[in-house]
Amino acid sequence: MPTNTTQLDDLNSIETITPFEETLRKNGIPPLRVMEKAETMQMNIGLLCNLRCKHCHVDAGPDRKELMPREVMTQALRVMTELCIPKLDITGGAPELNPDLTWLVSEATRLNKDVTVRSNLTVLDDERYSHMPEFYAENKVTLICSLAYYSQKDSDRIRGDGVFQSSIKMLKRLNELGYGREGSGLMLNLVYNPGGAFLPGAQEGIEADYRRVLYDRHGISFNNLFAIGNFPVGRFLSFLKQSGNLERYMEKLSGAFNPSTVSGVMCRSQISLKHDGTVYDCDFNQALGLVRTPKNISECSASDLLGCEIAVANHCYACTAGSGSSCGGAVI
Amino acid sequence: MESYYNYADLDKFSTMGEEAPQLWEKFMDYYGSVFEPGALSAREKALIALAVAHAVQCPYCIDAYTQSSLENGSNEEQMTEAVHVACAIRGGASLVHGVQMKNIIKKIGY
Repeated sequence: MPTNTTQLDDLNSIETITPFEETLRKNGIPPLRVMEKAETMQMNIGLLCNLRCKHCHVDAGPDRKELMPREVMTQALRVMTELCIPKLDITGGAPELNPDLTWLVSEATRLNKDVTVRSNLTVLDDERYSHMPEFYAENKVTLICSLAYYSQKDSDRIRGDGVFQSSIKMLKRLNELGYGREGSGLMLNLVYNPGGAFLPGAQEGIEADYRRVLYDRHGISFNNLFAIGNFPVGRFLSFLKQSGNLERYMEKLSGAFNPSTVSGVMCRSQISLKHDGTVYDCDFNQALGLVRTPKNISECSASDLLGCEIAVANHCYACTAGSGSSCGGAVI
Repeated sequence: MESYYNYADLDKFSTMGEEAPQLWEKFMDYYGSVFEPGALSAREKALIALAVAHAVQCPYCIDAYTQSSLENGSNEEQMTEAVHVACAIRGGASLVHGVQMKNIIKKIGY
């Protein structure tokens, strides 16, 4: 995997695209800043994962060792309380592989935070984590689950052999517990990712296809589908380079820049935390090591976290192309 | 010129408006409206365009509507079926003209 500096160089040296900061200026948009009231604390609690998906921007996998310790989680919950941040968004890697996940969820629930876990589903099919669906249901955790596509061939091509069938099995189990069922209060959202160097189309249309196919073929229901574009960072950036698609993909992203997405980009309303406690603007900046002023959550006060200028580079075109993209799907 | 068809030439498409800007503008307005979701979804329209692109054998259109079909959520299986529809109609159109051949044989033969 290329170093962070190399990745930024790759993104910023494409001559045919205008640097993202310049595009903002040309559109009369001032430098982006975190809002004075953050809505979400997004915590990447580790890069260890049972899968090695082709589009993964954090390069997670079974060989990664990085896990967020409980001390960092404690500091993050302190900041959430002090700043009245209502939502906790837990990601990874596979969050379930962090032994302190259940502690973190229980503590956040006790503090009345809305907790979301991003699960790859297949990890729940492992006997060691088979209790997690019930744990999530008991704590009313919102689940955002990867299902790259609604057919086995296309899904497994992105995520690995056998992943689709395992995911379907776990979605059925979650449905049995009430997830994705009307009136249960248990939210089950799915994530679609394009299977290569192309952008996601209208979320609404893809969601309708998922809803029809998953119900007709497997009897599965869900609440929302998030169409999340592939970010030119990490393993996906390596693919773009190796396949000769980088320049064209970046031209597509920058050509589709939509100024009206900028006010809704997720970095404006969230704090993104790396496993070691370093604070970033988003998960992508985290993967690139892109930060204006390095700071650790253990030393942070409100003024360190809110209102600060956001570090941007050309990967930010991925959040502002077309309907926009975020960890919650389309922006507009 | 290495090839009659170059990927980079697609970016020069708008130069077709240089000598006839009004016609170009009308065409582009119409083109844009055609692909708006209507009674057919954007995904269905992209698949039709993909099939037609193969029927008219336009490499620019095949590139554009392969990407557009993928972006609108279609998969390779669905797209391959669309190409077969184009193939069937093209092939069928050749074959059905065999009736003309038979008519002529009938007319001029004993």
